[in-house]
Amino acid sequence: MKKLPILALLLWLCALFYVGIFLFVGGFLLVRLEVNRTSTCGDVLLPGGQQVDFCQAQPRFRRAVVLIIDALKIDFARFDRANKEPRPFENKLPVLEEITSSKPSHARLYPFRADPPTTTMQRIKGFTTGSLPTFIDVGNNFASSAILEDNLVHQLGEVGKRVVFMGDDTWENLFPKKFHRSMPFPSFNVKDLHTVDNGILQHLYNIMVGDDWDVLLAHFLGVDHCGHRFGPDHPAMADKLTQMDEVIRSVLDRLQNDTLLVVMGDHGMTDTGDHGGESQKETDAAIFLYSPSPLFPEPPSQSDPEVVPQTDLVPTLALLLGVPIPYSSVGQVLLPLFAPDAGAVGAAAGLSQAEALWINAKQVNRFLETYSSMAKDIPPESLSRLQADFTRLSNEYLSTVEQGFSPAPELVASLQRYLTSVRDTCRATWARFNPVKMAAGIAVLACACVLCYVLSEMSSALARESRLLRAPLVAAAVAGACVAASQLLARGNVDGPWALTAAALSSEALFLWRAWRVRRTVAADGEEPSPRRWWLTLPHFFLNPPLLVLLLRCASLLSDSYVIAEGRVVAFLLLSLSLYVPFRLNWDGLLLPPVHDPLKPAGLLPSPGLSLPAVRRESGTFLASLGVLAGCVYLSLWFHGCREEQGSCQPSLFLTPLSRLQDSRLKNLHYVLSLASLGAWTYALRRWLRHYGNLNSPGCAVFAARWVVPLLSVCLGLHWAVSATPEDSFRNLAELISVGQRALPMAAFSLLGLGLALLWLDPLTVFVKARAAVPVRSPVSHPPPRYRASTGVSPQAELHHLIPQLYQRMRRSLEDGEPASVPEGDGRPAVEAYGLGTVYSAPLVLLCGLLGLGLLLLHPEGMSLSFLLILLEMGAMLQIHASSATLNGLQGAPSGGFTVPWTPVVLWSLAATQFFHATGHLPTFPSIQWAAAFVGFPGGHTGTVLPASLVVLNTFSSNILFAVASPLLLFWPLVCEVRGVRGGGRGGEEVDDNAIMEMRLRESPRQFSSALLQLSTRYLFITGAQVFASVCAAAILRRHLMVWKVFAPKLMFEASGFLVSSVSVLAGVSLVLRVDLAVGRWFQRLLPDTSRAR
Amino acid sequence: MWDQEIRQMASSHAIMASGVFMATVVPAVLVPGFSVYGTHLLWLYSVAGSVAVVNITLFWLLGVSPPTKKHTLTYKVSKLVRSCLYLFLSCLFFHTVVVLYGAPLLETALETFSLAVLLTSLTTLRCVCVLGPNVQAWIRVFSRHGAMSVWDTSLQMVVGCSVVGAWLGAFPIPLDWDRPWQVWPVSCSLGAVIGYLTGLVVAPTWIHWHRKHLTYKSK
Repeated sequence: MKKLPILALLLWLCALFYVGIFLFVGGFLLVRLEVNRTSTCGDVLLPGGQQVDFCQAQPRFRRAVVLIIDALKIDFARFDRANKEPRPFENKLPVLEEITSSKPSHARLYPFRADPPTTTMQRIKGFTTGSLPTFIDVGNNFASSAILEDNLVHQLGEVGKRVVFMGDDTWENLFPKKFHRSMPFPSFNVKDLHTVDNGILQHLYNIMVGDDWDVLLAHFLGVDHCGHRFGPDHPAMADKLTQMDEVIRSVLDRLQNDTLLVVMGDHGMTDTGDHGGESQKETDAAIFLYSPSPLFPEPPSQSDPEVVPQTDLVPTLALLLGVPIPYSSVGQVLLPLFAPDAGAVGAAAGLSQAEALWINAKQVNRFLETYSSMAKDIPPESLSRLQADFTRLSNEYLSTVEQGFSPAPELVASLQRYLTSVRDTCRATWARFNPVKMAAGIAVLACACVLCYVLSEMSSALARESRLLRAPLVAAAVAGACVAASQLLARGNVDGPWALTAAALSSEALFLWRAWRVRRTVAADGEEPSPRRWWLTLPHFFLNPPLLVLLLRCASLLSDSYVIAEGRVVAFLLLSLSLYVPFRLNWDGLLLPPVHDPLKPAGLLPSPGLSLPAVRRESGTFLASLGVLAGCVYLSLWFHGCREEQGSCQPSLFLTPLSRLQDSRLKNLHYVLSLASLGAWTYALRRWLRHYGNLNSPGCAVFAARWVVPLLSVCLGLHWAVSATPEDSFRNLAELISVGQRALPMAAFSLLGLGLALLWLDPLTVFVKARAAVPVRSPVSHPPPRYRASTGVSPQAELHHLIPQLYQRMRRSLEDGEPASVPEGDGRPAVEAYGLGTVYSAPLVLLCGLLGLGLLLLHPEGMSLSFLLILLEMGAMLQIHASSATLNGLQGAPSGGFTVPWTPVVLWSLAATQFFHATGHLPTFPSIQWAAAFVGFPGGHTGTVLPASLVVLNTFSSNILFAVASPLLLFWPLVCEVRGVRGGGRGGEEVDDNAIMEMRLRESPRQFSSALLQLSTRYLFITGAQVFASVCAAAILRRHLMVWKVFAPKLMFEASGFLVSSVSVLAGVSLVLRVDLAVGRWFQRLLPDTSRAR
Repeated sequence: MWDQEIRQMASSHAIMASGVFMATVVPAVLVPGFSVYGTHLLWLYSVAGSVAVVNITLFWLLGVSPPTKKHTLTYKVSKLVRSCLYLFLSCLFFHTVVVLYGAPLLETALETFSLAVLLTSLTTLRCVCVLGPNVQAWIRVFSRHGAMSVWDTSLQMVVGCSVVGAWLGAFPIPLDWDRPWQVWPVSCSLGAVIGYLTGLVVAPTWIHWHRKHLTYKSK
């Protein structure tokens, strides 16, 4: 069997897909150029021609206190006297209402609208630089890197203001060494409600009373963490908000007249306490402005803005504190804070509205000019329109000022309009794509899909070819190098993506050409009658029901409604396809044994392997598995989460972690259910292995199966118990509980690692019993009774799964020259091997079991039911596949080689998507289960790789499980084949013929390798086609209303799902190859042993 | 003989189609406020009823059903009882399948069951009329060599089209168009009826086109 060529082919295919995805994503996800210029005091020109250094003027406020309360939603800040029964998050900040009503000229409360993405780091960037961070920055939330653009903190430092910071340590990463003093506290642990807040409160009041500060930034995280952990509707939220109320009161008492207080939230939260998206609940935070000296020249009026955009904070604060507005800010000053006209108020009151707007407009215009010279993003027509607007307004303004009049209100209004339209233009432009790159990505992906299909259809012919990959790889290298060199010559730098595109496309083209030639030679050899034109086979391709279902699935990715309802859509398609299987069998007359009609001529239905009871039993098994499958699909619908677009949807109760359940009886019920399904998972695994005699040998893999798996599940059960314990219920055990929270998952992780390592080291689960001529239990090397006692192999199982005469058979196939009919002694086997029939599938099943337990650890406890469903559904699908193969085989339709037809593979990959949803995941960013990063690390992480990979493992667990287990589709019909014959009531040689199960694969290694290649390429094709469809959806619908809400996240999830699945497929295939290697060695070892024994 | 049978089938199918048509038009005239979407269940029952009546009458008149071996009254009664039982079981079967496909379990049980009744009247009833209450025969009809007469072939087509129509009818449900026919189970029952009508048209046409190639084994 060729091992390396298979792996190399698969790796090459995956790499092609990766290149395509990389290219497309590079062109699709928006990028905004950062302008690396900074504003300085000198370049802000006051009108009138005189060169006044802006920073020298007396600012309106000398100092400012900015309290950022993370996730302070506007609903939390409002106070409603009429509300007599406030919910936990309502009416908990009465101080804001008291101040605004008692001192209307000192304080205001506004809704404060953030721009999506509403993640904390993006928001900090947004309200310090005043610009609009783009989508691609989302990924940086794990590793926030320093802000290089001009920003408020930098400007404050430049003019010598002492900025003191305390709170969320994200700031420290964003602004390294920019603060006068800094007191960061770890922010990553979402479960920790108090560390950051208490840390701030230790220092806040002392510093405020002292004089070593000019701007004080305090970022409280408690409210946000409380939302993540308990949701807003929880008593803990009431406590947290009340604490914040007290904080604000204490800060108010310590304010001086020259100080401005800003209390604000960086974003809101959904009803479940999450954020990141762009629904109004997430974007609308609150901002509260106050100063002990009168702040607002006018009482609240109609002209007050209803909502303050978050970008507006930067220019407002800058002008109030007397620093230049950061260079790339596109915000607009908050007018109510400035005097309506310059004449009315003295110079100490700072700038008038018109002056402030003028400075603001000038800065924005300058940024626009710089930006448009650097990048060609902004459409020229809107740019020239804005430019014309500005020139007209500035002329008008300058002439008015020169004449000594104060500008008319209309001019103020049009300046405002100008600033608003600049911001809108920027917002629209930074949703800009690179269509050429996108097209290249689509082309590479499409070719890769075609390649996968061709490879899967011609796997046997292509597997025979030697050096299949050499030419494409050489072509890739040459093309890539050529493109890179020509770029280097023409422009002096290398553009990586284009070289990659050239390499990928050329190697794909060359491979396809190779395949075409192989096909022609095969056709010429006469193995294939009359090669039809390929376009004639196209309708056949799409009318093949499994591929039709795949087509429907791909088409469904192009509609936002279907993406939103994806979980149900996939279940629907899965059920449809699985109901098609019996229909098809019946149509071919294979489901029911034909009635022997005396009228019928005898030779009409040739049925060589037919026996009535066997067919009937096989049909029974088939229908029962179908029932199990349908039941699993239906039950899995109970575990779905809810998207925000699905209005009247309740997320599954099982998704709530036990620690968040408040009803103790429900908690116990959930715990018992989870434990029961955990036990069932372990028992099923053990039962299967024991049934096929794989628990007998003293090897490493069997050790893993017998000890590691049960221990792992015990760890899991204990971990759930510990993490579900409420913090305050066992005060004296708190120490123990915290140790348990750390140690138990750690133990589970190390057990998992141990199990996987053992499995890789020695994947054989075969127990050899050499015996004498008489089949009694005569201990030779290992006394069998010991093993019998410890594993409980029933005599019946022993009877069924002894693989007699196998050794001879194997030796014959090993020694090619020897004629196959040499009788061996007295015809009795010299060696019995337990579990040899399932030598390939047992390690895979074990791997699935181990991985499943490990992934379950990262999920909420209730999901263990869903994982049990995964196991059941896998079993049902495998059984359906095996039974239909057997039915086909029994009634005279011999299948060619070990080919796995399309239907089970499509079912398999649909099930992976189905369980992506049924384990509570959704293709949206707010639904990512961040809690998975803290399993075993309750104190948070230092790096970013580990938490990120834990979250990825959690999100794509079903993809991983199904992809790893996909080679089982190849083995299962062989595993099951023994049953079909046992009932046939035939004895002697034929039983032996049929009882060799997976050893058939060893007999024809070439067919084995081509079938394995075919199966994996089919699986890759199906997943790749879905990626291709969602890429197309994102490309075609890039101006769709829902693109950032539905299609872009779907694309990201589909692409990362493909990455994870392809890696897992490779892992599964390499485990199979590893087993094959081990089996080969085992036979070689066995040969001299037994010959010596004889 | 062939042409006569096909013509017979075409005319009977025309009567069945007009039965569906009448079941839509007559209540619209007689019942105030009747509409296919608004009073959907009423329309559904009227279609199911008319299909049942027309089918039973036509097949009884045509005498397509398999020849009975005995003519005793008890045998006839038991056959009738078994037919009714099978029809009811088929309603339950369709209900289960539809629920498995994702219909709500409890909230719209009446609607789901009505759809099951409609599907039964479009598919199982025809099986009962053509093949008698014999599940084995029903299953065998839907295989490649299972059809033993033109009526069996037409049965395959009509049943297939109805079921596929109902299946296709589920497709528009998740779309956010907010149309009255997207409400459960309107689109599915409409799809089933449209599929049924298509089957009625397609079956005689197809048989007519392929009459040269069609051979049936003797019953």
